[in-house]
Amino acid sequence: MLKITFIQPDGSEQVVETEPGVTLMESAKLNNVPGIDAECGGACACATCHVYVEDGWRDKTGKPSQMEEDMLDFAFDVRDSSRLSCQIKLTPELDGLVVRVPAKQF
Amino acid sequence: MSSSAISEAVSGGASPIETDAVIIGAGPVGLFAVFELGLVDIKSHVVDILDKPGGQCAELYPEKPIYDIPGLPIVTGQELTERLMQQIAPFGAQFHLGERLDVLQRLADGRFRLKTDAGTEFLCKVVVIAAGGGSFTPKRPPLAGIEAYEGSSVLYSVRRMEAMKDKSILIVGGGDSALDWTLSLQPLAKRLTLLHRRDEFRAAPHSVEKMRKLVADGKIDLLIGQVGALHGSGDQLQAATIKTKDGEERRDVDVMLPFFGLTMKLGPVADWGLSLHENLIPVDTEKFETSEKGIFAVGDINSYPGKLKLILSGFHEAALMAQQAYKYIYPGKKLLFQYTTSSSSLQKKLGVS
Repeated sequence: MLKITFIQPDGSEQVVETEPGVTLMESAKLNNVPGIDAECGGACACATCHVYVEDGWRDKTGKPSQMEEDMLDFAFDVRDSSRLSCQIKLTPELDGLVVRVPAKQF
Repeated sequence: MSSSAISEAVSGGASPIETDAVIIGAGPVGLFAVFELGLVDIKSHVVDILDKPGGQCAELYPEKPIYDIPGLPIVTGQELTERLMQQIAPFGAQFHLGERLDVLQRLADGRFRLKTDAGTEFLCKVVVIAAGGGSFTPKRPPLAGIEAYEGSSVLYSVRRMEAMKDKSILIVGGGDSALDWTLSLQPLAKRLTLLHRRDEFRAAPHSVEKMRKLVADGKIDLLIGQVGALHGSGDQLQAATIKTKDGEERRDVDVMLPFFGLTMKLGPVADWGLSLHENLIPVDTEKFETSEKGIFAVGDINSYPGKLKLILSGFHEAALMAQQAYKYIYPGKKLLFQYTTSSSSLQKKLGVS
């Protein structure tokens, strides 16, 4: 099991346990993490599963693909650490991953 | 009151379209509803806010493969739409695209009166709500106070180009909508600024080239960044604070056109007096009829015990809905259940005999 930490805008932290192989968005949904809408169900078609990856984890999560960059155009307050969580597959290397949930999904 | 008197009273002059059924939503389930209704001789008109059929499949997933359509191991959203359009072609349904169904009322004679935001009116006996996830509406940037300017100085589409003359315009976005409007409005505007969060554009390369030339010639400004805040008074926008890599700048703006794509909103469905449960329309599983006799709901918009938001489920719902709709269009007439493989009359309707 992998440990993933979601930090809400108010600073509160939620640590969830997830089997590897699911996406970060699916993990959030399975664990009822608030603030991640995933309207399109993970198809990279809506930009409402937007998260910020904490410093130190961005090398491991990697950069968005071209398709994800195109969808990030539709997110709000996009930063260098922005990713669409449905595009991050949780592998053992991401055990301990920390991400921040934005104040709003678009 | 005679039916013609009702027609005149409701339409104020232009005659409404009289038909058997109006289908709200031209996504896969709305399209297949045309087929099922057509097999039992029910004519339909279809209304959709998008300017093309296909709903979410065409708008969100055109190139994405769908793996769970019965009989089609892999089919893209766009291909499914095209196949359905082909399948329903024999029934000649009329489409009213780029229009949102706003008004749905029951008249004294039991029929329904419907009206779209473009003024198109219908009189019909059966309404099929196949609204899916809701009406596609432009995404509203979550900037404080933006609602005050919407419709006057924050616009999601341009109806009247002349209103843009001599204005300081801020266009936000990186796709075809943003670039097309940048190119169209630059000659009219006092000053035009295109703002995008990155220096890469999704729009057609040809449009991007033309935009780069306008920038190079000093005819428009290109900023890479995001809007932080809006400033204005009443419904008139005056300035926008823009955050770029170099910090914040405040730019005078008369009109902002944000192009952040579309999102689905329940919209007018909420206003029709139907029982709703968590923004979905509860229906029975024998007829998929709503709390109002003659109004049906099929596809993602409905809810019932065990409901799955799958296209294949919507197809099934449309078939059963048509059986009940028949009773309203042809009261007292017996509906003979037939198979398309063996019925010469069905095959004739399909144009394949």
